[in-house]
Amino acid sequence: MIATTVSPTTSTDASRSFPVREPARAIPITRLVKVELRKMFNTRSGFWMLVSIGILSLLATGAVIIFAPDNAVTYENFATAIGFPMSVILPMIAILGVTSEWSQRSGLTTFTLVPSRGRVINAKATATFLVGLVSMAVAFAVGALGNIVGSALAGVDTVWDVSLATAPQIVLGNLVGMAIGFTLGVVLRSSAAAIVGYFVVSLVLPGILALLAQVRDWFADLQPWIDWNYTQVNLFEGATDTAKEWAMLGSTTAIWIVLPLIVGLLFLRRSEVK
Amino acid sequence: MITVDSLTRRYAGFTAVDNVSFTAQPGRVTGFLGPNGAGKSTTMRVMVGLTVPTSGSATIDGIRFADLPNPGLEVGVLLDASAQHAGRTGRETLTVAADTMGLPRTRVDEMLELVSLTPTEAKRRVRNYSLGMRQRLGIATALLGDPRVLILDEPANGLDPAGIRWMRDLLRSYADKGGTVLLSSHLLHEIEVIADDLVVIGNGKIVASGTKEELLAAAGTLARSTWPRDLAHALEQAGIASTLAGDGSVRTDADPAQVGAVALAAGIALTELRSAEGAGLEDMFLSLTADTQREGVAA
Repeated sequence: MIATTVSPTTSTDASRSFPVREPARAIPITRLVKVELRKMFNTRSGFWMLVSIGILSLLATGAVIIFAPDNAVTYENFATAIGFPMSVILPMIAILGVTSEWSQRSGLTTFTLVPSRGRVINAKATATFLVGLVSMAVAFAVGALGNIVGSALAGVDTVWDVSLATAPQIVLGNLVGMAIGFTLGVVLRSSAAAIVGYFVVSLVLPGILALLAQVRDWFADLQPWIDWNYTQVNLFEGATDTAKEWAMLGSTTAIWIVLPLIVGLLFLRRSEVK
Repeated sequence: MITVDSLTRRYAGFTAVDNVSFTAQPGRVTGFLGPNGAGKSTTMRVMVGLTVPTSGSATIDGIRFADLPNPGLEVGVLLDASAQHAGRTGRETLTVAADTMGLPRTRVDEMLELVSLTPTEAKRRVRNYSLGMRQRLGIATALLGDPRVLILDEPANGLDPAGIRWMRDLLRSYADKGGTVLLSSHLLHEIEVIADDLVVIGNGKIVASGTKEELLAAAGTLARSTWPRDLAHALEQAGIASTLAGDGSVRTDADPAQVGAVALAAGIALTELRSAEGAGLEDMFLSLTADTQREGVAA
């Protein structure tokens, strides 16, 4: 492209006229994904999110080594300890990746440079997914290291009790949490509202639904099909095995992620960016 | 070229932009004027696809903005200098934009130099920027892709006098090499100095548009004499309506030659005779938008 060869002295030179350019090519989606990945971590909040994942993984590992009794120094306990802070921070990264465009108003530039908002959101979703996968890989690696070091320090055998079938479910569980955060971001388009919203649907809602299931029999059977926390916890425990359990996961995903995401995207594409 | 055709944008209960049509020509600086809330920013947002019009269209060289494959290379946009991520450094803000457009990183340094942001300033986060620095960063973002069309909303806002002069020269040279520049401003003097064409909007409607010369010529003649009352009387005798201003000047819609002839015939010595251009833009602006001014005063 011509613009790439322009030097600063000539770009402001009054005597120069605009060159005839070859028609610009559309921006490839891979480039948008790279840009969105950069944007997730080149802000102060994004930077500390990333750092906190690393720090909390190490802290959680250290805590298990120091406080856990010898028979509890197992890979599963390390994975659980690391998984908890991870399951809180990853959805926050997903939320802020979307909402900062509105709360920080950087969307004015983003959606001017890329008018197709659907493509921007698509790139953000892909970037979020990649961050989720990489973070989980880091978590498993730190946990494994902790398990080896911890068992050596405690002088017990190293116990690898997370099966290869369970690990993908744990990853999927975290991706579900990120998807919920992403959806809230798309629907609410405000950092504060989406973060509060996330804690409502992840902390307040499960209690209410569990209570409802206790007092109303008909709801007890229905809850696993409606309560996304229920199916997410099953994933974290690696307990989603039967076709029925996968169908339940599909049902909660449709209700809490697919449907609101579609509606949110429809509004987002028409809404005014101010 | 920017073409706005019968553009209307309605919100629940009121019409922000009402059947607005105008063009901004290449090689010229078009000033977009109007009181607060007249619909300038809404019109500009529709131009760049951030707001969906209720009806009508805005196109850049015949193409809808949203259909441009890589808009940053064709149209430089600065709508609001404050609309930047506060937690990102100035350099990162530009890097993200350059990456999106597919430009080399060297372009970022070139732009920082062009808008006079020092390397130290570029490393600071936008949260700590003054309005003038944000404005410079916004202008750098707009110029990054070396576009042929510039759409700038209040670009001089918050700039120091040297910055305003720099900005004026920059836009002038952009237009002179064939670029299209559309800028809105409340700083009437600024617009008067730089604009070739003017579009005046009030209450969402175009109230005047044309070249600066045409519009200001319509502002009439200003004459001074030692005996302003006699001059006003003589003009009245000649069938020319005039107003006697408090500062002893006589204003009329007639052109200066007519006023001179009347004064000569009446034997009145004039101390000043010129087209009322000097006071022009502000008077014209206030009278054209009188119905829509919040203060409710006419010029």
